[in-house]
Amino acid sequence: MQSVIVMFTVGLIAFSMFRFVGDPINNMVGQDTSEQERIELRERLGLNDPFLVQFGRFSLNAVQGDFGLSYKYRVPVSEMIAERMPATLELAFVAAILSLAIGIPLGVYTALKRHSFLSKLIMTTSLIGVSLPTFLTGIMLILFFGVVLRWLPTFGRGDVIELGSWSTGFLTASGLKSLILPSITLALFQLTLIMRLVRAEMLEVLRTDFVKFAKARGLPNRLVNFKHALKNTLVPVITITGLQLGSLIAFAIITESVFQWPGMGLLFIQAIADVDIPIMAAYLVLIAFFFVMINMIVDILYYAVDPRLRADNE
Amino acid sequence: MKLRHGLMAAAAAAAIAVAAPAVKAETFKYAFQGNLSSLDPHSLNETFLLVSLGNIYEGLSIYDDNLGIQPGLAESWETIEPTKWKFNLRKGVKFHNGNDFTAADVVFSWQRALSEGSDQKVRASKIKAIEVIDDHTIIIETPAPNPILTSDLVFIYMMDKEWSEKNNTTSATSASADNTGNYANLHSNGTGPFKVIDHKADVKTTFDRNTAYWSKIKSNVTKVEFTPIKEAATRVAALISGELDLVYPIPVQDWKRLDAAEGVKALAGPEARTIFLGMDQSRDELLYSNIKGKNPFKDIRVRQAFAHALNLEAIKKKVMRGAATPTGLMVAPQINGFVEELNTPYAYDPAKSRALLTEAGYPDGFEVTMDCPNNRYVNDEKICQAAVSMLAKVGVKVDLLAQPKSKYFGKVLSSGGFDTSFYLLGWTPGTMDSENVLSSLLSCQNKETKTGLFNLGNYCNPRVDELTKKVGSETDQAKRNAMIKEIFQIVKDEYGYLPLHQQPLSWGVSDRVTVSQRADNGLDFRYVVVNK
Repeated sequence: MQSVIVMFTVGLIAFSMFRFVGDPINNMVGQDTSEQERIELRERLGLNDPFLVQFGRFSLNAVQGDFGLSYKYRVPVSEMIAERMPATLELAFVAAILSLAIGIPLGVYTALKRHSFLSKLIMTTSLIGVSLPTFLTGIMLILFFGVVLRWLPTFGRGDVIELGSWSTGFLTASGLKSLILPSITLALFQLTLIMRLVRAEMLEVLRTDFVKFAKARGLPNRLVNFKHALKNTLVPVITITGLQLGSLIAFAIITESVFQWPGMGLLFIQAIADVDIPIMAAYLVLIAFFFVMINMIVDILYYAVDPRLRADNE
Repeated sequence: MKLRHGLMAAAAAAAIAVAAPAVKAETFKYAFQGNLSSLDPHSLNETFLLVSLGNIYEGLSIYDDNLGIQPGLAESWETIEPTKWKFNLRKGVKFHNGNDFTAADVVFSWQRALSEGSDQKVRASKIKAIEVIDDHTIIIETPAPNPILTSDLVFIYMMDKEWSEKNNTTSATSASADNTGNYANLHSNGTGPFKVIDHKADVKTTFDRNTAYWSKIKSNVTKVEFTPIKEAATRVAALISGELDLVYPIPVQDWKRLDAAEGVKALAGPEARTIFLGMDQSRDELLYSNIKGKNPFKDIRVRQAFAHALNLEAIKKKVMRGAATPTGLMVAPQINGFVEELNTPYAYDPAKSRALLTEAGYPDGFEVTMDCPNNRYVNDEKICQAAVSMLAKVGVKVDLLAQPKSKYFGKVLSSGGFDTSFYLLGWTPGTMDSENVLSSLLSCQNKETKTGLFNLGNYCNPRVDELTKKVGSETDQAKRNAMIKEIFQIVKDEYGYLPLHQQPLSWGVSDRVTVSQRADNGLDFRYVVVNK
């Protein structure tokens, strides 16, 4: 129920903003098109109707999965988004795996060996990771690995293979190569965030009594650190990671436009420039939907990780 | 299974290699900032789209690499009466699907260009009727004598009647909902030297050479890959890294980088687009100014003062990195009707400008708001900022309102009620003829005759209107050019507009290829050669 309200609100806010992005008509016709035809086009698209009528019509169609025709490409928006979604999801997925696979071990390491030189180096470098804007990181990676060394492609997705309606870049060499730079760019911020979070939580947990008792019992360090301590840091980590996965998808916009990655974010940013209202509306509603879904999954995961929550309900 | 496919592919490749040993596969890859929104030749009247589709589809006449008109799908033509043209269609031309090109296709394509949803109605309505004499001879009747009919015909692309009917795409792809899934929006079947083998709008389009093309072309390219790349920095990186052979546009500030890099170079030339400033000369009181009760721009001395306050050389040097061509005329040298001796810009003379303002009754200047796009033309916002500071030196305080093009055009064009007092605009006549500039920019605003619709400040002189009408139907080139010249002279003497410059075309090209840069910023694959 809450989710429905959230999505409805997002739709409403998004829709009310579209009136400020400009007039779509000028992007849809050439300079020689007559005034009369422009007026007719506005009328046909229903742009002259009152705001609430337009929003009502949009919501009604959207509920049935119909987001209308793109103004610019003149094909159904749902098709376009479905075509682009695999690119974004694959990128976000790889980035999420990267940030978890590197972030958690690094976090644990820096928490356990707080005073080692390597820990300090990692912490300092991670500051750069948080503070550099994605755009800059992306361009710098392109310049170094793409232009100077020429190891990796500078843009695009490489060759993709169609598996039914899902186009994947995982199965070709050029597809995998193309994934490297954008996924690092996208993962960098999340990686440092997760690492710092895990470290802080670990430090907290390591000070607690049960860890001390475990050590006193003579359990091996490895078991204490990974079985008892790490597990107890995971609840906040899961919350944050879940939310961050949403933002990985949503904020892939910048990474996608730097790397000309043909995902939904690029489609959206192009749609803003073209005032392609149907695409913008569909994208925003979809992103809201992702966030809602991810939150739900995170809530469910809590039960799996934290036995206390299960106990309360019984 | 996989292995078998591989074997079959290898066998097929071998078969092709045996069949055509002379042709070596040469792939040409390029990127542009915008995308191919549709493959439908009648869907949008936009230069990039039309020129790109010009590699697949063709009109009765075509442009060469200098924008000169050449016979295309029509072999020859003659005017038999002032309003009747006889066209001899080229014989033996085939569409990509193998169908023959005949007179019926011409009639069909013309009707399709007039259909609901077509953005080519303006061009198509220059034809009143088409009479079919035989399969390869037609007579086109125009509503009025039209000396530039063959320029209009360049972009009325010919489609195959049979193919269109079979695929139910007899009317143009329209943006309105009643016309979904138009086949021609995503598929193509033209007569051009290349055919589309894969098209994902906004992602990638792949073209293959049409080996059955009717004419010999300079190009040795067998396959073309087009990718839209929106970010300028990414485009430049992709070129320097050698992944692409051509990218455009390149920001003028990146030229040095290209020169420093190996194997690539910047290719610059003047575009046929003229950038100019316009002033509201019709309202009795400006919408955005501190002067109430009168309109300063109605006073020719004020317009003159503005003209002499602008330092076009400084704009060229500082803003455009030396790459613009300052101009005194509303059309570029490539445009038919260009007058060399009128092209000298208004002289930069701030002292005279201040004196003129004082004389006009504004010794301390006045305030006015300027509208400016910030993502439409090369360095558009910076040009406006430069103009603002130049005008400040003579006492005019200009408040700059720079916006993205969607907002800007929504405000200043007729749909926004010409809501501006002072603005920057750029214009390329689609027909490459001055007449388009005369009727769109220099004639008085008139909704009935559909003239002056982009004359945002409504500069209006009845003599110009009268001459423009005559230019539209005069078929004697000498007489016609004399009238065009008279109009430009009047507009110049009256300071109707303040032309700034022709902006530069800015391409980045790899040494691997040779291309021809057309003044309408178009890339014609016919002239792309991969160097050996």
